[in-house]
Amino acid sequence: MSVPPNRTTPRVSATFDPYTISEIQRAAATGIYDIRGGGSKRRVPHFEDLLFLGASMSRYPLEGYREKCGTDVVLGARFAKKPIHLKTPVTIAGMSFGSLSGAAKEALGRGASAVGTSTTTGDGGMTEEERGHSETLVYQYLPSRYGMNPDDLRRCDAIEIVIGQGAKPGGGGMLLGQKISERVGKMRTLPAGIDQRSSSRHPDWTGPDDLEIKIEELREITDWEKPIYVKVGASRPYYDTALAVKSGADVIVIDGMQGGTAATQEVFIENVGIPTLAAIRPAVQALQELGMHRKVQLIISGGIRNGADIAKALALGADAVSIGSAALIALGDNSPSLEAEYEALGTFAGAYDDWHEGRDPAGITTQDPELARRLDPVLAGRRLANFLSVLTLEVQTIARACGKSHIHNLEPEDLVALTVEAAAIARVPLVGTDWIPGQQRY
Amino acid sequence: MPTFDLAVTTVRDVNLALHQLTPDTNQTAWQIENPQGKHAIGVGINVPVELEINGHVGYYCAGMNKHASIRIHGNAGTGVAENMMSGTVHVMGDASQSAGATGCGGLLIIDGDASARCGISMKGIDILVKGSIGSMSAFMAQAGNLVVFGDAGDALGDSIYEATIFVRGKVKSLGADCIEKPMTPEDRERLSELLGRAGMEGAAEIDDFRMYGSARELYHFHVDNIANY
Repeated sequence: MSVPPNRTTPRVSATFDPYTISEIQRAAATGIYDIRGGGSKRRVPHFEDLLFLGASMSRYPLEGYREKCGTDVVLGARFAKKPIHLKTPVTIAGMSFGSLSGAAKEALGRGASAVGTSTTTGDGGMTEEERGHSETLVYQYLPSRYGMNPDDLRRCDAIEIVIGQGAKPGGGGMLLGQKISERVGKMRTLPAGIDQRSSSRHPDWTGPDDLEIKIEELREITDWEKPIYVKVGASRPYYDTALAVKSGADVIVIDGMQGGTAATQEVFIENVGIPTLAAIRPAVQALQELGMHRKVQLIISGGIRNGADIAKALALGADAVSIGSAALIALGDNSPSLEAEYEALGTFAGAYDDWHEGRDPAGITTQDPELARRLDPVLAGRRLANFLSVLTLEVQTIARACGKSHIHNLEPEDLVALTVEAAAIARVPLVGTDWIPGQQRY
Repeated sequence: MPTFDLAVTTVRDVNLALHQLTPDTNQTAWQIENPQGKHAIGVGINVPVELEINGHVGYYCAGMNKHASIRIHGNAGTGVAENMMSGTVHVMGDASQSAGATGCGGLLIIDGDASARCGISMKGIDILVKGSIGSMSAFMAQAGNLVVFGDAGDALGDSIYEATIFVRGKVKSLGADCIEKPMTPEDRERLSELLGRAGMEGAAEIDDFRMYGSARELYHFHVDNIANY
């Protein structure tokens, strides 16, 4: 664009940037808010704002690939007769059949089982694809209770009571009719093709005192064998953690705002909840004050992408992490090989998030049988297994560099922050200083 | 008849004994004394036994019941027969909130009143309340039938899907997308069959009941319905 010499160069507003303008125009044209899948896309303080202090003089590193660095984790030893023992602290987060295709659920099970970790069901119940291919399967107990079945409760390995998720703490589900096939509808006891508005809170209890009794009921039904997880969307992690401990949880899952969802309002995804990084220290503090750190395990999720993210979450006090979006990408979601088809949908590889429309070219977030057939669950499962192995190796690499013989020996002392806000949030010193904002260290 | 006295034994012992039964058991009649309002009594039963509970029970009694016939000779706390799959639960007193919540099958009978959110998110269960029910009952009810001899509170059937509600008394107000519907011969037959199953045949005239269900206006999101979401 050429600008005449008598005119100033046009500039876009920082407030009304092109995306904001397009959203206003879209809303004015359609009369409905934007719905999409995925998690928060805007920049928030995250794990890349932290750095590890590798061993040098004051710390002694372990020999890479030679000296052992353990990665296993036990979840749910507080009350359950059969706690879960995983080989890696990276679990697969709950994602529903309905949101995902059956082949995608199978692939998740294959990939997770190959490396010794767990998968999780989602809203809509348990499918044979995932039970059949997941060595360790966590069964979600959700507010909607879609597909809730005591037989499945008895054949799972752990129960996750979902109170909220990071993309939408306080929000209910929104699986639109395009993805409600006959099978999905039948599993949820609803007609095919209609929008499903799942409730935002559990229908038969009203707060932490009731949660304690609900947990007791689930334990009684399953003869106290299975660990009980409680999952919350990150918003008030200190209090939610303390109340979950009080309610009798074996494991607490905290999902930050970068955590994904099948479909929710864009304005909700980007404006409700707090970043994953900000959720960890308050939760750990609550556990420590109650004397329950490492006794009640803490799983952190929401925007986990690589081994460094995992190592940092563990160093800040988590026992394990969950991945959802990253697992879908490993299966083949947003692959550049599908660029032409993404463009035909008005988007591009790397930005596709209209999962609710059910037209996913990768065959992952769809119930269209033709599209779903595109995903080879064996191949996709192998890709996920590769990715999970890489994540585990990366965590080990960092842990050895910090002189740790087990990844759970990582600690806040191993970290510094690149920014003042990350230092304050993660409660580690600003890099090059001994200053933790808001804290007197000496 | 095996009898447990919850004044001296634990709910855990009771549930464990019931869970250890096989479908072909000869021990089909069980009794519980002194429930004393304890929670989670008789949850997760998976065999066709008959269980008599002599007294008041706390939360989630008979939760996720499958196959069993359970009679509670007293009042029931929150979430009685929650997510029941099959069988029968009969509360011979009043029930607290969320009775029969998310129930997928079977029959829940409440001789007295039921509190708020009776039949919330019901998914195929049939519920018959001889007294009245509280507000927000059958909220998001997906399938099954809720029959009420007495009155219904505010916002009956709010956001209801394919469940049906029959009320003989007054309805304080209907929730979003819930409307009164004319009864077809099939509806009348279904109601009659339900009364019969609950041992209430002839206790009331079919014509005394009014039927409510979904207007199906909220089945597909539309901005004109925004006030109802």
